[in-house]
Amino acid sequence: MPPPGPPGPVRRAGEPAAPAVAKADPEADPEVASAVVELSAEDDAAVEVLAREWADEVEGTSYVPMGSDELVEYLTEISVDLVGALRTRPARTAAGHDAGRRLVHAHFTGPSTVERTLMLLGARLPELLGEDLREDVLALVGALAAGYATTLRDRTLDEQEAIRRAVIVARHQTEQALHASEARFRAMFYEAAIGIGLGDMQGRIVEVNPALTQMFGYTAQEMRRLTVGELAHPEDLPSVWVLYERLLAGELDNFRIEKRFYRKDGEEIICNLTLSLVRDERGRPSYQVAMLEDVTERHELQSHLEYQAYHDTLTTLPNRALFSDRVDRIFSTTPAGSTRRVGLCFLDLDGFKAVNDSLGHEVGDSMLQAVADRLAEQAADGELVARMGGDEFVVLVENSRGVEQLVDLAERVLAALAEPLELAGQELAVSASIGIVERPVVGGDASELMRAADITLYSAKADGRGRWALHDPHRDEAEITRFALSAAMPTAIEREEFFVLYQPLVSMADHGMRGVEALVRWHHPRLGVLGPGRFIGLAEETGAIVALGHWVLRRACRDARRWYDEFGDDAPFVSVNVAPRQLHELSLLADVEAVLAETGLPARLLQIELTERALTTDEGAPLKTLDGLRALGVRIAIDDFGTGYSSLSYLRTLPVDVIKLDGSFGERLRAEDVSDIVDERIVGTLVDLGHALGMTVCAEGVETSAQAGRLRRLGCDEGQGWLFAAALPREDIGDVLRDPDAPTWPGPRAVDGRATSSAP
Amino acid sequence: MLAPTEDGDGVTRPAWAPREVDIDRPSAARVYDYYLGGSHNFAVDREMARQAIADWPDLPRIMQGNRAFMRRAVRYCAALGIDQFLDVGSGIPTAGNVHEVARLENPDARVVYVDVDPVAVAHSVALLADDDRTGVVQADFSDVDAVLGDPVTRGILDLGRPVAFLAVALLHFVPDTRAPRDVIGRYRDALAPGSHLVLSHATADGVPERAVDHVALYRRTDTPMSMRPHAEVLRFFDGFSLVEPGLVWFSLWRPDHPVGEGAERLPGYAGVGRRD
Repeated sequence: MPPPGPPGPVRRAGEPAAPAVAKADPEADPEVASAVVELSAEDDAAVEVLAREWADEVEGTSYVPMGSDELVEYLTEISVDLVGALRTRPARTAAGHDAGRRLVHAHFTGPSTVERTLMLLGARLPELLGEDLREDVLALVGALAAGYATTLRDRTLDEQEAIRRAVIVARHQTEQALHASEARFRAMFYEAAIGIGLGDMQGRIVEVNPALTQMFGYTAQEMRRLTVGELAHPEDLPSVWVLYERLLAGELDNFRIEKRFYRKDGEEIICNLTLSLVRDERGRPSYQVAMLEDVTERHELQSHLEYQAYHDTLTTLPNRALFSDRVDRIFSTTPAGSTRRVGLCFLDLDGFKAVNDSLGHEVGDSMLQAVADRLAEQAADGELVARMGGDEFVVLVENSRGVEQLVDLAERVLAALAEPLELAGQELAVSASIGIVERPVVGGDASELMRAADITLYSAKADGRGRWALHDPHRDEAEITRFALSAAMPTAIEREEFFVLYQPLVSMADHGMRGVEALVRWHHPRLGVLGPGRFIGLAEETGAIVALGHWVLRRACRDARRWYDEFGDDAPFVSVNVAPRQLHELSLLADVEAVLAETGLPARLLQIELTERALTTDEGAPLKTLDGLRALGVRIAIDDFGTGYSSLSYLRTLPVDVIKLDGSFGERLRAEDVSDIVDERIVGTLVDLGHALGMTVCAEGVETSAQAGRLRRLGCDEGQGWLFAAALPREDIGDVLRDPDAPTWPGPRAVDGRATSSAP
Repeated sequence: MLAPTEDGDGVTRPAWAPREVDIDRPSAARVYDYYLGGSHNFAVDREMARQAIADWPDLPRIMQGNRAFMRRAVRYCAALGIDQFLDVGSGIPTAGNVHEVARLENPDARVVYVDVDPVAVAHSVALLADDDRTGVVQADFSDVDAVLGDPVTRGILDLGRPVAFLAVALLHFVPDTRAPRDVIGRYRDALAPGSHLVLSHATADGVPERAVDHVALYRRTDTPMSMRPHAEVLRFFDGFSLVEPGLVWFSLWRPDHPVGEGAERLPGYAGVGRRD
């Protein structure tokens, strides 16, 4: 930005030295500056004309940062100097050089500026100052041209040098910035946790970062000798390489896939691969950049979890979930009209619990593993062996050729298991029972298939150890269920599938709870909660009632003891049903004694309920036992009194403390308005009889308050029934005792619906 | 940080990548210098400028007219008492720079020059090294925070006081995709009341054919041109009050002398607006 020209060395008449625009010019010629000439008035006029004409000629020929007035003023100054130089004797034509310099300094750099200037000065100066000066004017104009050219050349060279220096500086700064950013990127590349690789368009690997070399187990140098194609894996989907070709062709800018690779050591890794195309400034593909994230561990974990979800950890066989999925799929994918058949062998080890109990769980587990191995050996293609849980296994035949195939399979399995197992240094015999179901797929469903298999397995078990049974759809299912239930009961007792509910026995006087009757339920794993009607009879038939009864007795005493601990004298007694079969077990008395001792329950808080039948079938043994029980302090109650046709006279000989009037007596007393007074009389007589024998009388099946009122008036001491409470879980009994004034007692919670008040 | 910046030819360049110094392509700043008779240019710049002049012989006069407008506008602002100037898109320093013009009115005027062209900036820095009341910032016009937040800007200008904001022959190098109106709006919001916007802008109004060729020529540079009609240029003054005579051909903006017919021979709009 050179400033406009200097003040001329020539001063015009009557003017101050410093014009508005001009500034000191350090390059001003000292020789010129020393000579000062005063101009005549004529010359002043000539200067004025010249400057104006000059301004008109050059305006717009160059960019000069001046307004028109400023321009005229500037040219006036130069004109003054030029005229002054011509007036000096001898003419100081070198002043033209300075004028040329000043034009350039004012940025009169346009070629036509100098052209017009030379023509104007050459023509007009002699005209204005006198023709005799033509020679001097010529010399002056020549000097101006030389001064202009010299200055312009210097200026051009200076500017060229300046702009080149600016380029160098800018480049240097850019390089530094590039270095900085490259250093950042280098650090990012080397420190990145994900693998990064750069490849050229021929697929050669050009650059890799340490994360990538670690991932693949190659050195960077080894990797650079590889091509992308060599990283192919046999399991690559063809689409992967189609994507790759499209990327190389520039049709895709990037893609992301999951892909397997081999490491240098041959081990397989799975990576999330993002491949991107790098284009040059013209958009042509020039490099490929791969970013890889090793997800092998994630994959392994996932497949491990998936495997775990569908496999049994002990035997490594498929588990129930996988089996169920498979069965569901068979039924959901088989079209109507298909003749497809499905079959399965449902297998349960005989006496496995005994093995576990006597030899320990480790041996039991080994046995399950050995059995699983043998089962797996017997399974052919299309046959799925699964462990259903515990000692239950299943072999599913997804496309059965008929019953024979299943029977054949079952026999092979039984034969395979017949060989004793070598476990823990001893030979152990193992046997299993198998239920076989074989049926068309169409028209059935998975749950039906499983139920049939279940029932059939129980049938097989009931038939004895080491047998198979074939499902017979024509047999009465209820019967099979009955059979199956009785077969399953011993195991169910061991597995604690039973539980006990308690129905309060209340005082008729104030409805306060005096005791509870223990009522057993069976939570069957497949059939749900079963009421006593479903299994007590069976238990009596099979003798399982002894074990069951003992279990109930212990359970009830344990619970009663807890109430006793919490409520002391307010704790209810517990009334436990004892079946005739139990009564005739010689051990009953000892068992009761042992349970009381074990639980610490005071004997007075235990009541044993017996049916009339139990008391009348045999006279010897039960009486002795009953006496023994009473001697302990245990009370005896006769359940369902009035249904056994016992003679009333016999009653007085029995060691009994309580009679529980069968619900049927109270039934007709339920309505608000009872017209038949016979029923009342009968009940009244029974109550009186009981009282006469010193017994407590309890009414069963109390359901309405009218009925309760009548029974109370008739003298009943205790009542039991829905009016007061249903059979409740132990915790609810505790709640009631804690808050006896609660508006209503909890309703039945058991899922089997109506709780009976009199069942054992 | 990694938001790509669109360069002139549409190639995206990450924000962290330094702008390349490419003297094999013409630069608008150097071509302008040539139009104005400077030698701060290279063969490619001169070749393009010569072709442009061959196509459109008036170009040098148009450039001079634009430069003359800037001179008048700066003097106008300085005469109003504004002593701070922010010249964005200042290009290669040449005759009649803002600080020289302003200091004719007020010797204490302070000026910050901003350009994105690293060569123009390096040259400006070299020229102004000894002047502590001027400064040079390398930044993109669109990056308002970078321009206003630069320590050089902060050190020289007091943004709490009025500033003359110069966008002279700048916005026709900013395509609509970069939302120049929004950018101007952000500068406006950042400037103190009493600040002025000094703006000139190329247009095809009145010279449609010539403008098409000219725009095509500028595709060679990093900064292609977007000619805009009067109405669009006017909208850059949203939020400013235009001073007399409004947005006009730049030779008609407060000329030193009455201007005759044919002002549109120098097609370009000029105006000055006051931020209230």
